[in-house]
Amino acid sequence: MVQLLSTEQMAEFANSGCLFFDGLIDNETNKEFLNDIGHTDIENVDNMQKYFQNIKASSSIPRIPAGTSLKNAYPHKSPLQKIFKNEVVAGAINSLVGSEAVVDHQFLHLTFPTKYFKKTNQRQMSQVNHQDSTIDPRITFDIQLFYFPTDVTKEMGGTRYHPGTHLRIVNEMGIAKYQNIKGQKNIVCKAGTIGIFHNGLWHGAGVNFSDEIRYMFKVRLQPTEKQELLWDPEKKYKPLPNKALYWTDENQEKTVNDILMKSYPWQEADTNRLDKINTIKFWRMLTGHKNLDIDYWLTRIENELY
Amino acid sequence: MTKRQKVLVLYLKFPSLEAEVISWATFDGTGKKLHMTGDSDEPPYPTGLDALLDGWRLFQASQAIPEHPGQEFRTSYLKHEFFFEKIEEGDF
Repeated sequence: MVQLLSTEQMAEFANSGCLFFDGLIDNETNKEFLNDIGHTDIENVDNMQKYFQNIKASSSIPRIPAGTSLKNAYPHKSPLQKIFKNEVVAGAINSLVGSEAVVDHQFLHLTFPTKYFKKTNQRQMSQVNHQDSTIDPRITFDIQLFYFPTDVTKEMGGTRYHPGTHLRIVNEMGIAKYQNIKGQKNIVCKAGTIGIFHNGLWHGAGVNFSDEIRYMFKVRLQPTEKQELLWDPEKKYKPLPNKALYWTDENQEKTVNDILMKSYPWQEADTNRLDKINTIKFWRMLTGHKNLDIDYWLTRIENELY
Repeated sequence: MTKRQKVLVLYLKFPSLEAEVISWATFDGTGKKLHMTGDSDEPPYPTGLDALLDGWRLFQASQAIPEHPGQEFRTSYLKHEFFFEKIEEGDF
């Protein structure tokens, strides 16, 4: 039985573009994954490309043609099949991209520590900020599922990401000039953590200042069905009524709308309002409520009488 | 003695130098410091004006471009971009 996301988790994803499940995968499976890829100490690695080629040649990670059904993608009883069969992972995937999702691509990211760059006389630089693939103005979205098989400490330079950037339409490395963005986060997590990003979320890999190789296994999944109420098959979700604007009540309980309307420190004063409007449009798509509104942002500008 | 350029790019909350810094990048032509993506969580100055007060010279600011009709709600790159420089003399 899969565990579908809650409405609050969906609202968090709609607003921030990401969800995390800390330490979700058990240590036995994490060890199995690391053994399967032939994880070793950095002292035993002379060449990054050769190390990666060996993983591709000898591990159970299969070659998956783009467009393959996720259901048939991974070998029976392999560590990756166990991860995708986890009831929380499967539930999150079903909630966001449906039960018939297909694999776009997968990649095992390796971030080598300082020792390796010193040994090979190379400059160690972080990865620039980017949005994956290419400019993508769709309403439909893909997800990128990240699996961290080891602990990721702060000095290991875990994936840097910028919550709330996923609905900004940019062209891949067109955002590389932003070295630092207020509110930026770096993934620091326990082994077995799963992260799920909307395909539009701005991100980049950090520098690994530890003595260990950092691994991150990524799979991009594409839906084959409309992404409407996939997490709520009984259609229980009902939009909240309008509230009085600019009328604060400190005793008010936090609602789904508060999660959806959260602002971020990197947003401009003017464009922040458009970010909210786009989040409401995204929530309309996810819930199927085509006239839904929050804080009157869309009703106000849709009231065209001429 | 030779001259080298240091460049500071600030992205502000609204298009006035008194606005809060929301994103930043530094490129040091003296070679003294290698800046890179994700190297600081706090901006070098709270506002654009603070950079001027510390001797940075503004040499480019983003233009105000009206939204294309039909695309008024599309969001994209950070809008309010300001380029500053400092010239440093030394034996590089």
